[in-house]
Amino acid sequence: MSTNKITTQKVNFKVFRFNADEDYLPYYEDYSLDVTSEEVVLDILNRIKWDYDGSFSYRRSCRHGICGACAIKVNGRSTLACKESMSTMIEYFGNDLTIEPLSIKRAVKDMIIDKADFWEKHAAVTPYLVADIDETPMSENLVSPHDAEELNEADLCIQCGACHYACPAVEINSDFFGPAAFAAAYRFEADVRDSDGERLINVNEEKQGVWDCVKCFECTEVCPKHINPFEKITKLHQMAFKKGVAKNNVATRHAVGFLHSIRKHGMLDEGGLVLYSEGPAIVKHIPVALQMFRKGKIVMPWNMPKSGNLDEIQKLIKSSSTVKF
Amino acid sequence: MKKLKYALFTGCTARQSTPEQMMSTLAVAKKLDIELIELTEASCCGASHLQDYDDFLSLVLNARNIAYAEKHGLTMVTICNTCQLNTAMTKHRLDKNSELKAKVNEKLAEVGLEYKGTSNVIHFLYAIIDDFGLDKIKKMVVKPLSQFNIAPFYGCHNIRPSELHDESHKQKENPYNPTSLDDLIIACGAMSVEYEEKNKCCGFHVELQAPHTASVLTGNAIAGATDNNADMMVTPCPLCHLKLDTQTKHASEAIGREVSLPVLHMQQMVGLALGCTPAELGLKHHVTDVNFV
Repeated sequence: MSTNKITTQKVNFKVFRFNADEDYLPYYEDYSLDVTSEEVVLDILNRIKWDYDGSFSYRRSCRHGICGACAIKVNGRSTLACKESMSTMIEYFGNDLTIEPLSIKRAVKDMIIDKADFWEKHAAVTPYLVADIDETPMSENLVSPHDAEELNEADLCIQCGACHYACPAVEINSDFFGPAAFAAAYRFEADVRDSDGERLINVNEEKQGVWDCVKCFECTEVCPKHINPFEKITKLHQMAFKKGVAKNNVATRHAVGFLHSIRKHGMLDEGGLVLYSEGPAIVKHIPVALQMFRKGKIVMPWNMPKSGNLDEIQKLIKSSSTVKF
Repeated sequence: MKKLKYALFTGCTARQSTPEQMMSTLAVAKKLDIELIELTEASCCGASHLQDYDDFLSLVLNARNIAYAEKHGLTMVTICNTCQLNTAMTKHRLDKNSELKAKVNEKLAEVGLEYKGTSNVIHFLYAIIDDFGLDKIKKMVVKPLSQFNIAPFYGCHNIRPSELHDESHKQKENPYNPTSLDDLIIACGAMSVEYEEKNKCCGFHVELQAPHTASVLTGNAIAGATDNNADMMVTPCPLCHLKLDTQTKHASEAIGREVSLPVLHMQQMVGLALGCTPAELGLKHHVTDVNFV
């Protein structure tokens, strides 16, 4: 049993209220509550509903961090209400907390949102095992511990949507699948039993695919199951190259271009990378490049800095490369 | 206090498109009497793009960079958030996984190097704040920037994943309410501007493959700072700087609103407060003019 003393402190909550059937605009309700160090965010939602306003609406079910229903935002941070302790929230944000749904523009009633886009994208990555299964097998289909480890805990995802609605790329590019769908795609791509050939190609498509990930780590930071969706996105990139399904486009050339540049200079040749990635489309960068040139921000090819002991780098590239494009 | 000495990993940008960042780093180090040994042998960190292509190779190359800092027996300082991420991430992964470390060292042995895990990897921002000390900087300010509202733009890779930040640096940084850069702004005598985008992404990493997403993120950041009365922005990351300084036209088009603010590198802000000249800090190398000095 924990010997930590239970402490209580006053916290001011600003709670998002909206009923799409009745309200023209959302509004915020203020509550000031004594919060104990033992409480989780869901306890606060319950107390508001039970003690103050029975019409306050939110999704909840298991109360054990497994159903994924109760994800909301506290001061803009996605959080699974039944798992997140109030102490952590107070440590992060102080004693004035704003409680909002995961996505305000998708709000239906208070904390309840229309998660249709999340589920559509999740479904679009074939989030299940594609395999010829013998319905009456004579022996078990064993997966070795080593192979199971390859999933990197992607199978722990509870589809709560915390990462999806924390992702800035999802907000801007409505086609972008988002971190949860990619983690699901990875979970099955990494499964040795899976034989789906289309999934990896689909998640590498330019419009919706992994290449639009902005690498901000917002998903990794909020995931209540510590799945690290960013890592899964990186692995999907790597898989596309390893399995030879990476298309020759600006995104893949941008990744491969680093290797060419490092081999030649040790350092990155910035201009060379843009040229290699864009090809003839480099012309669209000329106006900005000219501005930069005038300010002494462009190094000419003959002045490219090189790393010392470049031969070491070249030798290591030769001996340590694991992929070919 | 003993003189501070670090191994400097410049990264590629400081030696190409942000020469002002290199100049201001050296100028500030001189003012603070910090010795920086430049790791001239270091390669590019891969910028988390080589990592998308060949994970193992990127580990080997980053481990090689750290091995050179270890040879000097010094903590490595980075001056780019993405260099910080990829270098510290390599260290994290090798220190946690002896099998992987052995594999990497097998390759490094071919060129007579070894990754031991003895050098820390920190960003120069935190070297100044945690090791040198904010109070000392405050006392050394000769030209307080008291007439300015400065918007801090932290840049993702210094603050997320927070686990990696906290493991690498002395002080924790709250990824949802970071304070280090705000504190530095205040130490330089200016007002720090509170705005929603200060810990958000600038879009740099998808500039080529998803230009609209990248431009909207840049535009939102400048607009957020502007709407909260910022006279200028400041960032510890040269990649964020490139986006915010050179891409204002695309950013403005993407968000349908004219946005443009002078953007300082963290080192330039400190340098100005410590009395360095605009020439020493390379202020002429900005695309969006820094015309207030």
